Amino acid sequence: MAKPISFTLNGKQVSATADGTRMLAYVLREDLELTGTKVGCGQGLCGACTVLVDGEAVRSCSTSLASVAGKEVTTIEGLGLAEKLHPVQEAFLDHHAFQCGFCTPGMILSAYALLKKTPKPDRRQVAEALDGNLCRCGAHVRILAAVEAAGAKGGTR
Amino acid sequence: MNRRTFLQTTGAVGLFVSFPISLRSQESEKIPSEVPEYPKDFNAYLKIGPDGRVGCFVGKIEMGQGNMTALAMLAAEELNVSLDQVDMLMGDTDLCPWDGGTWGSLSIWQFGPVLRGAAAETKAVLVQMASEKLGIAAERLQVKDGVVSSLGDASRKVTYGELVQGKQIERHLKDVKVKPVAEFTLVGKEVPRKDGRLKVTGGAKYTADIVPEGTLHAAILRPPAHGAKLLSVDVSAAEKLPGVRVIQAGDLVAALHARSDQAREALGRIKATFQPSPSALSNGTIFEHLLKAAPPAKQLAAKGDLKASEAATIHKVEATYLDNYIAHAPMEPHAAVARWDKGKLTVWASTQAPFLLRSILTKALGLTARNVRVITPFVGGGFGGKGMAPQGVEAARLAKVAGCPVAVVWDRREEFFLDTFRPAGVVKVRAGLDQGGRIVTWEHHATGVGESEAETMYDIPHQRITSAGSWMGGNPAGMHPFGVGAWRAPAANSNVFAKESHMDVLAAKAGVDPVAFRLSHLKEPRMIVALETVEKAFGWTRKPGPTGRGFGVACANHRDTMVAAMAEVAVDKKTGVVKVKRVVLAQDMGVVVHPDGARQQVEGCVVMGLGYSLLEEIRFKNGQVLDENFDTYQLPRFSQMPTIETILIPNPNVPAQGGGEPAIVVMGALIANAIHDALGVRLLQMPMTPERIKQALKA
Repeated sequence: MAKPISFTLNGKQVSATADGTRMLAYVLREDLELTGTKVGCGQGLCGACTVLVDGEAVRSCSTSLASVAGKEVTTIEGLGLAEKLHPVQEAFLDHHAFQCGFCTPGMILSAYALLKKTPKPDRRQVAEALDGNLCRCGAHVRILAAVEAAGAKGGTR
Repeated sequence: MNRRTFLQTTGAVGLFVSFPISLRSQESEKIPSEVPEYPKDFNAYLKIGPDGRVGCFVGKIEMGQGNMTALAMLAAEELNVSLDQVDMLMGDTDLCPWDGGTWGSLSIWQFGPVLRGAAAETKAVLVQMASEKLGIAAERLQVKDGVVSSLGDASRKVTYGELVQGKQIERHLKDVKVKPVAEFTLVGKEVPRKDGRLKVTGGAKYTADIVPEGTLHAAILRPPAHGAKLLSVDVSAAEKLPGVRVIQAGDLVAALHARSDQAREALGRIKATFQPSPSALSNGTIFEHLLKAAPPAKQLAAKGDLKASEAATIHKVEATYLDNYIAHAPMEPHAAVARWDKGKLTVWASTQAPFLLRSILTKALGLTARNVRVITPFVGGGFGGKGMAPQGVEAARLAKVAGCPVAVVWDRREEFFLDTFRPAGVVKVRAGLDQGGRIVTWEHHATGVGESEAETMYDIPHQRITSAGSWMGGNPAGMHPFGVGAWRAPAANSNVFAKESHMDVLAAKAGVDPVAFRLSHLKEPRMIVALETVEKAFGWTRKPGPTGRGFGVACANHRDTMVAAMAEVAVDKKTGVVKVKRVVLAQDMGVVVHPDGARQQVEGCVVMGLGYSLLEEIRFKNGQVLDENFDTYQLPRFSQMPTIETILIPNPNVPAQGGGEPAIVVMGALIANAIHDALGVRLLQMPMTPERIKQALKA
């Protein structure tokens, strides 16, 4: 049943009045109107819907709203500002590490979570961390280079 | 909410990239282009704002391939404005000039000259206007960043914005020449992609992100198998859910809700029974079926005398190459949002062809083109799979019945079920070598595949090339158990897999290094340069194969873009797993507009090509598509990436060619040839899965 569920979203306290069994991706996109989070497969198999929950990269299409109550959720909209990009976003931009851009928010947040834990990953570590994020355009080699470069430059700030 | 308010609230009408207010005022006056041809009037493509910004309107769409940036570069080059001054507006049928569709790598080589011509004329007119205003002969004027100034005295100047004053330019000039390549200052330079900032911040809008007020999300009932007919449906349980509406309109049964996930939940409560599909085909029986079901063969080319050449033939080599159905699998599923407003229909759609969708909508809903507007936001990948956009018609029909805007966003199962797959195909190649090790005969017969790249580029005296059935349609009913269509470089991937594999088979038979063997049969000088370039960059040393090194080569002339590629693989004989370690690819595509954009396309081709070569295959049975998501349908992943080195061969003498497709066509043969070089076994069927490799090793 719908009841208010509170959590921190991109640094601000929010409350969503919705059925707690609903998946976070749809609540973010449709109830809270943050459409930067994409839905690609609906079953946690492609990574396009990746968001951070307490700093961990999770698949928001398979994470219930109730499970994030009281937690800190970060979406792509919360990572950097249009005028001041986060270093990971900057690295993706510099390397042209995207084509259609649909997987990009999930890629960037997955990369961010990796760099939090492993500030200077090598290529193999980046590949391992992002292996569950699918990209159909084939921007992989650039994404690997971008994440490595972001790490070398000081990572997540 | 009217359109203007909606635009301001969502900040999204089609592919506006930071479109300035100064140009927005001109929107409403625009008449939809109803004639299916590129307009002659440059005003259709370019508008100069009072602030000097240039609005560039094109009917193409941006789906990742980077044409938003490359086309802006072409316009900026001819106009002598900075790239930053150009605002692109793409894929909106009310605002943009007609376009036939974004596919076939046409944006640059076909549409590029149209846009350049329009921009060159615009600039010539503006310089003429400046000449009159400043009282200086046009030859004594220069233009930089949209400022026209005297060559002698830079303080005597006027800007494009001041000349035009926000009005439509009435003057026209005939026979204005575009800039010669030697005078380019922007084209050929590295620039940041225009869609970059939006895409890394989550600000880029895709169709499913557009939600007009009062939108209901629709989840549509689909049959379990192709050809399964609906017998009965019980929607009562679904209708009991709060906020759910069920619509039954002809063949469309859909659950609607203000939230998409809840619409899906309601769909799950609709009980439906279907007649089983009459199809008895599966991916195991399909090749046999295709050979029987194909239409009569069509001759594409014939040369010499095959019969008479038999006498000169010492070795005959024949092989049959097989290719399975594969999915487009764009990360963004098909989506459309439809809104009716006083008899006028607006559809936002994830489509490669907004004008085609408009004409489909006018027919399906009995409207005139004037009453239909298709707006294309960013498209999250297309690869040929978003040409028809049937979800646009679904959304429009449902919105009409519902009386409110309706969003149709396919889920991944629908995406796999309703995709127009790259067709499965059978290619038979028969060739003969003469005493000197030259190819004297070459027969190529493609079934189910299509015609592109069926012909050989090698110098062979006696040939016959035939094709039966195609991805394009016109096939006998029931030939394919589901829809097939264009898949990035349609037909070429299957044909080149067969041709370039067979070249290696022949080279091995002749006991000649496969690069030397190709070079001795090539005539096209640009192709020879490409092959020699990649050979050098890769560090290939010539030896007859198989050498055990795991080196492969393949090349193709795809619509006048020359591609030569080399790869190194390592194959685990026990598991059959292929690791592609590196790919080096040289490409001559004529003038390169945006080099990094071109390299991105090559890399995308290599990766997508690894997918169809090694991993991808649609499994099906009795009309049912067994692959429904990415758990069983595998796309290439980060851990499987080779290093990719791209060499763009400078060639200012050839006009800019397409770059979205050529590099992918060589990938199947490239990998097959490298596996053969590693193991000495020849894989004749894609994808070259570990099972097939183990089987080949056993045989």
